[in-house]
Amino acid sequence: MVGLATVFGAGGGTSSYAEIEDTDVIVLWGSNAREAHPIFFHHVLKGVHNGAKLFVVDPRRSASAQWADLWLGNHVGTDIALSHSIAREIIHAGLANTEFIERSTSGFDEYCAAVEEWTLERGEAVTGVPAEAIRELAHAYASAGRAQLCWTLGITEHHNGVDNVLSLINLSLLCGHVGRHGAGLNPLRGQNNVQGGGDMGAIPNRLAGFQDILDPAVREKFGTAWGATIQDQYGWHLTQMFEAMERGDMRAVYVIGENPAQSEADKERSVHLLRNLDHLVVQDIFLTKTAELADVVLPGSASWCESEGTVTNSERRVQRCRKALDPPAGARDDIQIILDICRRLGHEWHYGDTPLQVAENVWNEVRSLSPMHAGMSYARLEELQGIQWPCPSNDTLEPSFLHGRLWADDPAERGRLAPFSPVVDDPPVEATSPEFPLRLTTGRRLDSYNTGVQSGGYRSPLRWGESVDVSPEDARRLGVIDGEVVRVTSPRGFVEAPVRIDQVLRPGLVFMTFHFPGQVDTNVLTIDATDPKSGTAEFKAAAVRIDRITPEVAGAAAGH
Amino acid sequence: MDLKLSTHTATDAEVAAIDTVLGPADSSWHGLDRQVDDPRLDRHTARGGHALRDIRHRLLPTLHAVNDRVGWISRGAINHIALRLDVAPAEIYGVATFYGLFSTTERAARQVHVCVDLACQLAGATVPEGAHESPCLGLCERAPAALLIDAGDTPTQAVIAPATPVSVRAALDGFVEAEAEVIAATPQCPSPALTLLGRVGVVDPTSLDSYRAHGGYAALTKALAMGPDAVVAEVNASGLLGRGGAAFPAGRKWAAVAGQPARPHYLVCNADESEPGTFKDRVIMEGDPFALVEAITIAGIATGCEQGYLYLRGEYPRAKDHMRSAVAQAEAAGLLGDDVMGSGHAFHLEVFLGAGAYICGEETAIFNSIEGYRGEPRNKPPFPVEVGLFGKPTLVNNVETLVNVLPIIVGGGDAYAALGTSGSSGTKLFCLSGSVARPGIYEVEFGATLRELIHLGGGVTPGRTLRAVLLGGAAGTFATVDELDVPLTFEDTRPAGLSLGSGVIMVLDDTADLVAYVQRIAAFFRDESCGQCVPCRVGTVRQEELLHRLGAGSSIDDERALMLDIGRVMRDASICGLGQTAHNAIESAIVKLGVLS
Repeated sequence: MVGLATVFGAGGGTSSYAEIEDTDVIVLWGSNAREAHPIFFHHVLKGVHNGAKLFVVDPRRSASAQWADLWLGNHVGTDIALSHSIAREIIHAGLANTEFIERSTSGFDEYCAAVEEWTLERGEAVTGVPAEAIRELAHAYASAGRAQLCWTLGITEHHNGVDNVLSLINLSLLCGHVGRHGAGLNPLRGQNNVQGGGDMGAIPNRLAGFQDILDPAVREKFGTAWGATIQDQYGWHLTQMFEAMERGDMRAVYVIGENPAQSEADKERSVHLLRNLDHLVVQDIFLTKTAELADVVLPGSASWCESEGTVTNSERRVQRCRKALDPPAGARDDIQIILDICRRLGHEWHYGDTPLQVAENVWNEVRSLSPMHAGMSYARLEELQGIQWPCPSNDTLEPSFLHGRLWADDPAERGRLAPFSPVVDDPPVEATSPEFPLRLTTGRRLDSYNTGVQSGGYRSPLRWGESVDVSPEDARRLGVIDGEVVRVTSPRGFVEAPVRIDQVLRPGLVFMTFHFPGQVDTNVLTIDATDPKSGTAEFKAAAVRIDRITPEVAGAAAGH
Repeated sequence: MDLKLSTHTATDAEVAAIDTVLGPADSSWHGLDRQVDDPRLDRHTARGGHALRDIRHRLLPTLHAVNDRVGWISRGAINHIALRLDVAPAEIYGVATFYGLFSTTERAARQVHVCVDLACQLAGATVPEGAHESPCLGLCERAPAALLIDAGDTPTQAVIAPATPVSVRAALDGFVEAEAEVIAATPQCPSPALTLLGRVGVVDPTSLDSYRAHGGYAALTKALAMGPDAVVAEVNASGLLGRGGAAFPAGRKWAAVAGQPARPHYLVCNADESEPGTFKDRVIMEGDPFALVEAITIAGIATGCEQGYLYLRGEYPRAKDHMRSAVAQAEAAGLLGDDVMGSGHAFHLEVFLGAGAYICGEETAIFNSIEGYRGEPRNKPPFPVEVGLFGKPTLVNNVETLVNVLPIIVGGGDAYAALGTSGSSGTKLFCLSGSVARPGIYEVEFGATLRELIHLGGGVTPGRTLRAVLLGGAAGTFATVDELDVPLTFEDTRPAGLSLGSGVIMVLDDTADLVAYVQRIAAFFRDESCGQCVPCRVGTVRQEELLHRLGAGSSIDDERALMLDIGRVMRDASICGLGQTAHNAIESAIVKLGVLS
């Protein structure tokens, strides 16, 4: 989101789902959408059925990669090396969209200079992907009439996640694959409303509608509406918050619908810091591990069925949610909880008498403050079955894709040029070593959700609990069999988990999820190196070793 | 796609069999052993997607390779094929179990299939222990018949006819006598004056030179000089009607395919001759295979096709050998390939083997079968001329229909139209079997009567009297002794309630067990129903049950309403011709012949 906002001014996927079905080339980069975004993947499959070529870049030959025309299995954390090699090949093959570059972008020369060293050969040496495969992706992407570049946490959960995103955006600028129907950039979102959270300003540096908090006019507008003074500096993102807790600068935390005690890298440190706060409030529909640490727990309601409001999906479509059930006894609508806290803090905000009135009036306040939501009345949302932002007008709709302005003839309409970002390759913080020879990467499975708080209560025929997935070759080398419990050790600690031999892995690469923290605390192993620009941790790259549990080690484990 | 495989793995023999069709695996992600140190192993890239989906039509040949070499298709083999073709193992299993010649349970390498179908039943077929029952093997003139299939590195098939208990037991031990000459099935031959059978017994069917020495490839030469439009016009002028059973004007079909803007076009020659009592296409392919290759080439080029498939049923070993040899020789001589006879037209022909499924002779089921799916018919419309094989415009013609094209091109459409009657031009091949002195394939001009045909075949077996004739096959109808003078033309049989079908004339004498015969027809359809649509899947079962109740003494008066009802439902509501016609012969036996009444 940070990367897209930096380049284009808005942090959202640029295309709509329907455009994925109507394109020539689809690149899924660092995304196992087949399992992690199955609804989106249906649109991908429709696109493939319509003739689109599918490329998947992922260290694992994931379920998504198995649908690809070409899979590029790069080494973990070599995404910039790969994208730069692709870019250099496109430039040297004369396939760059020079007209678009000249009219609508800036910084191309510096970018060219930055990628010049990334020959196909160097790309192969660094990423492991054969030069011919890199070349094929480069030519297919650049030659396509329309192409989609989609990514997920495989790109962002790195210490340089934002740079990774910028390197992908560079490719789209290089080929003009943005701002047109069927051509775009799409970060896939893992939660039904994660886009909406960002849109509403639940990020440290923007207010609702991605309005910069450092802009005095923006602060003035919101301050007037809210009867409060808005601070003139950026807030902290999650990682900075934990650092502030560590320094003792942050002593009280109010958590709504998150479970940082289990979802953060280096989880033992997270629990320690949360436990040492002066005051911790958790508002959630489940009694999460974080809630167990809290001084006050505020039982909320399930937003999709127990309250009125809106959600925004990955294609920026705002949709109405309607209340179908009353929450269980003692649980309350989240808006009411927040309004009551406001009242205790001295703000008598009154939005109406019924849940629907309250929700609609809050929404109308959003519309009055956020120009990109201005045209989305409840009546219109209902009539049109949801509306994509931006929607500044009550009468008209914008195109289904963003940034069409970049193709405008009139320079004024074209607006700010989209800058290339001459980012540099920066391998994972933790390299493998003789002591920790295996690369551990983490991810999700189809039927589980993050720390399992919301999905663990439901039975699934596909769920086998946590495992450490290893390639058949490594399994043989280590002398381990399917189901055998082994010890997985990283420089930060160790866990014990059953082995699952998985054909999608190549030798040297192992995989775990963090869906079952009660069984195996995977985040004991992961490194807490984070991207200073986004605050996202490098969940995707740790160095580990796998040991068989011999009788004496097993005894030691029992005493642990 | 993301495959979910069981732990079963393929044996070396199964992998070798699969490799004969697909070539050796070149990726550890698609079947190469990952635990060996092989430079072809690629840890960082894999291909799939469209490239693998595009070779889905190799599935049936691959299953054939495993079944024919190993004798059966194991779960491990299915998993390996799944990896090679990127098809879900459950789907492969679904395809493998669709076909009668395949087994997904372990069995002996040597299998003897004894025909128990109509002609062989009349001839007293028995199935000794160790052999299987089989539907019609298309060897009706030599009934009873059997087929030996010996799995191995060089799979062999051999015909046993007549199949006596002694000869079948010998076959189970691997001993089979040499098959009779092709000409034994065509009592009229050698007779160069015949339009379609003129070369049978005259040319060497394994020699292109021999074929050319007897007028071969004159038609293609002329057709190339005329150009596609003129060829289609000539076929139109000939009045040729399709010989597969539906009697659709061939010229109209050709013009429809030729005029489709979508590309590519495909040609499918339907040689899945499985209608009980039918063996005419077999005789052409065995006795004059180059004629069929030449006719297909003319049809393909005239309708804008560059690829044709000869879909040949899996139980015709000699036809398979002769056709494959003919195609190979034609390719080597430039009569097939990228530039046919230097004309600039490309046309390729593949002999594609079926695997024991009557339904695959249905004109859309044949597409699914080639494409590697279960051979279930498709809904029409769209019709094959618009959306056929691989979703493209497709010309589907029967073998006999196509070989008629040679005389049409050589002699002209008008001259051809002068043969036969005004409504049925040309000559027709009839398959005489059952109680006749000289069973076999007979070529006559349209207009001959049933009586004349039986006479041509030497009359009813001496000492017997005629009881009835099954006309048109299991999907046809019975003719009574009162109907022997109906001319066997499309225009005369239809008003008489008769059907030419595939040209079957099976003669039943006074000793025939008509009850068992009709029950066999019902059993055939019950067994061959693909099960896709309910009227046929359930109707064929109910119909057979009803016949057995009647056989056990139930009164037709109690069953008549149900019998007619089942027939009406199947006729009105089945997707394809199998279900629509599965009731014809049974109703006509009961109503016209009074069987079981």
